[in-house]
Amino acid sequence: MDLPLYWIAAIGFLLINFFLVSASVLVYAERKVSAYIQNRPGPNRVGPFGFLQPFADVVKLVFKEDIRPSAASGFVHSLAPWLMVVIAMTATALIPMARGIVIAPLEVGVLALLALTSISVYGITLAGWSSNSKYSLLGGLRSSAQMISYELSMGLAVVSVVLMAGTLNLVEIVEDQAFVWNVFRNPIGAIIFLVTAFAETNRAPFDLPEAEQELVGGYHTEYSGMKFGMFFLAEYVNFFIASFVIVTLFFGGYLLPFEYLYADALYEAGLGWLMTILQLLGLVVKAGFFAFLFIWVRWTLPRFKYNQLMTIGWKYLLPIALVNVMVIAVIMAIF
Amino acid sequence: MLSDFIPLFLSMVMAGGLALTLLKAAEIFGPKRPNVTKRAAYESGMDPIGTARDRYSIKFYLVAMIFIVFDVEVVFLYPWAVSFRDFIAAGEAGGVLAVVFLFIIILGIGLLYDIKKGGLDFDDLRHQREFQGR
Repeated sequence: MDLPLYWIAAIGFLLINFFLVSASVLVYAERKVSAYIQNRPGPNRVGPFGFLQPFADVVKLVFKEDIRPSAASGFVHSLAPWLMVVIAMTATALIPMARGIVIAPLEVGVLALLALTSISVYGITLAGWSSNSKYSLLGGLRSSAQMISYELSMGLAVVSVVLMAGTLNLVEIVEDQAFVWNVFRNPIGAIIFLVTAFAETNRAPFDLPEAEQELVGGYHTEYSGMKFGMFFLAEYVNFFIASFVIVTLFFGGYLLPFEYLYADALYEAGLGWLMTILQLLGLVVKAGFFAFLFIWVRWTLPRFKYNQLMTIGWKYLLPIALVNVMVIAVIMAIF
Repeated sequence: MLSDFIPLFLSMVMAGGLALTLLKAAEIFGPKRPNVTKRAAYESGMDPIGTARDRYSIKFYLVAMIFIVFDVEVVFLYPWAVSFRDFIAAGEAGGVLAVVFLFIIILGIGLLYDIKKGGLDFDDLRHQREFQGR
């Protein structure tokens, strides 16, 4: 794709704003869904059905005092939330949104995505360390150990996808699924990736870094005002991106169902723009389903104990992921 | 090659600007009335005891060290995964598979050894038994 740079910048600006707004919508969705799961009305005062509640919350957070603990390391204390937001927002540039619409169509898209998401470990660890509070430190430590443990299984699940597609380019991985989605060719890899995505985004049942019953707020105990809001924003953008990545790697990305039957006819009829819009909508709907799944699971399953978490990651997921890679390689070699 | 990354850097700059705007907005609009109690570290309402710059469990170091080993393994698997289709097309799948499987199995034995040694046990059973007088 050879678009001029200002055009790319415009799309990137739109995309970042799209994810900002979607984070607000997800906060609202999370509160509403959890409310209905727990049989209560949820936010219903600001705007119709309380829909403007997250926007009111953002305004409130901006006008709140930013309390910095006197024992904290000043610069790092501000760096951590900044880093979290930057990482979350930059990862949006790598996801193919529709055919031909991706801001950074890298040959090594998968590696760039893994590299970016693994930097968010630093955000959480720095936040925990710089606050100079015991709860924050424990939350940060737990989180870093958890995220690096699950990163291995996630990497291996991605290896199994790369093995089938034979490329690291996210666009080519999506196009490779034109006839059958990866989830049907590689169901175990899909399940492993889904579980590790929950762990990497620190969502329940893997939300030990911020287990409020034992660690108050975990790594963001000492954050207030907009800095807390930035961690919140990064968390919601992160799990929305995780939904997009799950869809891209395993559920056909932007491809519409049975697209190969009618795609050529539509393009010849000059309806390429319709295809683009439909693909974009299809992707958002699919990702929205997984975002709903993230919320649904959070309000349904109890949290794991720390030793259970480590046992699942190292003694079950990692060997299963290794064997899964080997099995897929053998099947590919035979057929 | 490097020019491929320009859009990525561009969105990184935009995201950085956005995050900086949020930080600055809070700094400009938020009230600033600090006091000693407000700025103390939160410790469930008590005065904080000591600092958090303390020693913590060695298990976290162990996990990090084991992670490095296996992460390098995963990194080594990527080039193989990308080019495996070409090896199949060239009819060399068997030999390549044998080498890769040997590599995975050696590291699998390492993982097994680590699990048997208790390097990944976060519930310290030995300590619990001593505590219960067994």
